[in-house]
Amino acid sequence: MITGNIITDFCLLILFLPLLAFAINIFFGKRLPRQGDWVSVGSVLITLILSLSLLMNMFMNWDANFSYEAQFSWIDLGAFKVELGFWVDNITIVMLAVVALISSMTHIFSLEYMKGDIRYSRYYAYLGLFTFSMNGIVLANNLVSLYIFWELVGVSSYLLIAHWFEKHSAADAGKKAFLTNRVGDIGFFIGIMLIFTAIGSFNFQDVFAGVSQGMISGTLLTLAGVGLFMGAVGKSSQFPLHIWLPDAMEGPTPVSALMHAATMVAAGVYLTVRLFPLFSPEALTIIAYVGGFTALFAATIAITQNDIKKVLAYSTVSQLGYMILAVGVGNYVAALFHLLTHAMFKACLFYGSGSVIHAMHHSLHELHDHDTDPQDMRNMGGFKTKMPITHWTMVISTLAISGVPLFSGFLSKDAILAGSLAFAQHHPQHFLLPVFGFGAAAITAFYMFRLIFMTFHGEPKLPKVFEGIHESPKVMTFPLMLLAGLSFFIFYTLPYFNPISDHGWFTELIKAGDSVAPGNPTAHEIYDGVHHAHYPAMALSLLVAGLGIGLSYLMYMKHKFSAENWARKMGFLYKLSLNKYFFDENYNRFLYQPLLKLSRAVAYLDWDLYDKYFINGFGRVTNLLSKITGRIDYDGLDQILVDGVGRSVRRLGKQLKQVQTGRLQNYMLFALVGLIIILVIQTI
Amino acid sequence: MDISQFFTSADLFGIAPEIILTVTALSVLTLEMLHVSRPGIILMVAALGLFLAGALAINTSGDEQILFGGMLVLNRFSVFFDFLYITIGLLTLIFSQGYLEKRGSASRGEYPALILFAIIGMMLMTRANDLVIVFLGLELLSLSLYILVGFLRHDQLSNESGLKYLLLGAFATGFFLFGAALTYGAAGTTNYNGIVTAITNNTILSDTYLFLGIGLLLIGFAFKVALVPFHMWSPDVYQGAPTTVTGFLCTAPKAAGFGALIILFNRAFVDIHYQWQDIFWILSAMTMTIGNISALIQHNVKRMLAFSSVSHAGFLIMGILVLNETSISAVLFYLVVYSVVNLGAFAIVSAAEQEERGLNLKDYRGLAAQHPWLSAAMTIFMLSLAGFPPTAGFVAKFGLFSAAVSQGYIGLVIIAVLNTLISIYYYLRLVVNMYMQKEESTLILSYKMLAIVFVGLIAIMMIILGITPGYLLEIVTEAASTVA
Repeated sequence: MITGNIITDFCLLILFLPLLAFAINIFFGKRLPRQGDWVSVGSVLITLILSLSLLMNMFMNWDANFSYEAQFSWIDLGAFKVELGFWVDNITIVMLAVVALISSMTHIFSLEYMKGDIRYSRYYAYLGLFTFSMNGIVLANNLVSLYIFWELVGVSSYLLIAHWFEKHSAADAGKKAFLTNRVGDIGFFIGIMLIFTAIGSFNFQDVFAGVSQGMISGTLLTLAGVGLFMGAVGKSSQFPLHIWLPDAMEGPTPVSALMHAATMVAAGVYLTVRLFPLFSPEALTIIAYVGGFTALFAATIAITQNDIKKVLAYSTVSQLGYMILAVGVGNYVAALFHLLTHAMFKACLFYGSGSVIHAMHHSLHELHDHDTDPQDMRNMGGFKTKMPITHWTMVISTLAISGVPLFSGFLSKDAILAGSLAFAQHHPQHFLLPVFGFGAAAITAFYMFRLIFMTFHGEPKLPKVFEGIHESPKVMTFPLMLLAGLSFFIFYTLPYFNPISDHGWFTELIKAGDSVAPGNPTAHEIYDGVHHAHYPAMALSLLVAGLGIGLSYLMYMKHKFSAENWARKMGFLYKLSLNKYFFDENYNRFLYQPLLKLSRAVAYLDWDLYDKYFINGFGRVTNLLSKITGRIDYDGLDQILVDGVGRSVRRLGKQLKQVQTGRLQNYMLFALVGLIIILVIQTI
Repeated sequence: MDISQFFTSADLFGIAPEIILTVTALSVLTLEMLHVSRPGIILMVAALGLFLAGALAINTSGDEQILFGGMLVLNRFSVFFDFLYITIGLLTLIFSQGYLEKRGSASRGEYPALILFAIIGMMLMTRANDLVIVFLGLELLSLSLYILVGFLRHDQLSNESGLKYLLLGAFATGFFLFGAALTYGAAGTTNYNGIVTAITNNTILSDTYLFLGIGLLLIGFAFKVALVPFHMWSPDVYQGAPTTVTGFLCTAPKAAGFGALIILFNRAFVDIHYQWQDIFWILSAMTMTIGNISALIQHNVKRMLAFSSVSHAGFLIMGILVLNETSISAVLFYLVVYSVVNLGAFAIVSAAEQEERGLNLKDYRGLAAQHPWLSAAMTIFMLSLAGFPPTAGFVAKFGLFSAAVSQGYIGLVIIAVLNTLISIYYYLRLVVNMYMQKEESTLILSYKMLAIVFVGLIAIMMIILGITPGYLLEIVTEAASTVA
């Protein structure tokens, strides 16, 4: 049994071991044997063991109300006091395990994937920095440290997306990710400050207590909630800040699996789950709509993408929308559940795509072909026989994401859909929310099978390249198999074996708490609604998943319908989807260009007017003053006064001249002047 | 004759650190006489003495003790200063080793001995409860410093500045002694407690004498800590002195001067301190402004740091102007940070200094490419002196300024902040030279590994203190609370 201080020690180790690995690798990585990858892999494996032992401990305790807090004082200025600390409950423990597991898999997968990279040790260092910051978010018990780690996650994401910064697109993608996140973070910061001004504490428990006492309420509470949610919108890539995530695929694929599928983007969901009690009903409605809309909207883009990673990226945006939707309708346990299952199968899908790209890359490399895009699914096809492990693991995780029974995604997706259905039953005016959800479910099943069929089935599109395709080595397939295994329902329903009910350790150990904001239904009411909507939702979701899979099968496997014909018929819609609804172009035209113009105008004011005339003028005046002082000192005092005195002294005796320089006299004279001034001032 | 009528064993225990240091200094000299010329051994003996003195000093901490019939007072405040001097002394000895070898004076035992004597003098100054003792300490300190400044016998600059320092020092001593005499004439005693009683009971013989006495004492101190317009010796002396001595010269005596000044005005003249606030205000404003503006046009690193130290004295005077518990603790914090940082900076300068080279700002061009760690340390020192967060210099300046603001000296704080801005220019100029000039650096740095380890430690400490200043703040608050 792990208790008290040991939990603190474990958390400290889990938090700081990756940071240590970062420090070692960033400073000495290049000089270490194997460029220091073993330092990072070793440290993250230790955190995995520690996290799993915390998880085991959770199972042994079997206490849904387990909660532990440890904190210390960081800044104490009397009125302004900031305490940092950990808040460990079952949610934290599950998240720690997810982060440690996916992070370890990424470390292992990268051993092969990144082999021979010019900045190999730096890559591992940044992975350590990311793991440190992500664990920091998970462990935070207050808004300040949450915010600090939130930004650190942003930084490490930036560094890793732009890892191959020689490529302009990668450097730009890194910048885009960071800046888009900053937009959300401004809202986040405003939210934190609103809460702090009203309640006077950053600690979660204090904040919840303050909200339930009504220290902040009404519009202000909604505003604070929306502000905090803006942080999640940025980090979890929700509409309208979703634009950065697809571009982030410029980073190495293991990074995409770790950060842009399983953990970092889930931080936004985690934030809304953690802070769920303080969202007002209005804020939750906004959250639900943003999430639902994102789920459907991103799914429609994913249909037409040809880049294997872009499909997965939009799929991630869509799935994150699901989770946010679940939080919005109050069913936040389902959101967390989906976060957990999604982390496993989406990471698996990314590693799978990484494996495919790796194979393509090698084959193209041997053919000395540098023009063919190794990520374009139109260049693939029929890989099933060449890469059996990659194929089957990807099929398993695709079944999971499509919501097919016996797989994990079915359970969690079903819970979310039931939640949105129940919400619409209570509030018929919000009927759109389940429509978003089920629509997205159908489309997800469609495009995911499209990916499978285009990549692994049918005839090879480029026979020459196909010749050179090989299954990836064991360090890459091991994470694939492990994560595919974790996509089966059984790991989430234990100790029960019912494949169509989400009832299991997760639902028993993680219980929803009541919201403290006035006007929200209690956890029990929400649970009841979800329970009643369970079977209709399941039937509906099976139907839509079957529809999606069937359509995809007919179109891409049997070629009963020609995808090209459909695309031509719906030309306008197809173009919209293919071009991602022209978001980047419109942002550029209506946001960036006007902003650039404004900043050029400001720059003109600042540089050409203010700097050149005022600042430089000021500098010139100071320079002049100092020259004048210098001149007074040297020419005025030294030359005239001092030398004058010196001359008169010289007249007094040649002996003294040997010893006394003129300057010494000067000093004493000044001292005397000072004395006189002091005495005069004091007597007046 | 019964010796116990003059002093008791408690008195002797109280001055045990001074006794130890005296014995150490004498044994260092003896060792040299016995031709034990390995510099390492002499350094070890001196360091051992300093450690022992530090251990004994901490042993005497705790409650306030009055020794030798009211001549000395031991309390947390004086112990704090004892430790500061010992730290400065140790660092100076460590940093001097390589420099003295370079200048061919490594094996001369009087160097550590003189530093130890200077420390004894300073300890007396901050333990004193009597003007005569202050004078005694001041003279012991000054005489050691005169020799240290002119230590490089074959160096014309060193000789010249030693002589200059001696002459002006004597001049200043005259002021101090005359001030003490006039105060004695007014109050009938040189003992601080006696002076306080005389002032409160209004048994002052002549107000004019007292007034003149305080003024002259103040000028005596102003010379020692280099306040404008009594600062003019300092750039010449700092430039001419051996670089490591310059480091010692602009830290330890300044700390001692401010310590003694705080005690003098906080104990003896506590009731009439308010009458002198205008003077402190003017001294502070003039010192920081003129020090900074002069530093701006320097091209010699040592001269630049000298003028910068003048301006820092101006900041420190703010603390004596306010003179309450917060401001005194702020001064103490500032002194620690300022001393340690300056020693580190001078250590790097002394490593870079060569015949005819290494003292001009231009010589530092492109240094970062060759010595990235030393340049990083130097950058931290410069940022700390400029008061940039997250270095300790920021916390120090913040404490001092906020103490002044809380007592309503808004105008002076505005001047101080403007001065800080000006100072950033010349501090960063060194950094810019090190990092942003493409030229290949031709400097060949010579240093001892031990010294570099300590430079690194200081740099790390400045960052740690900047982020979590709590520990040192507690110590200085405790020290300040015993005098305020």
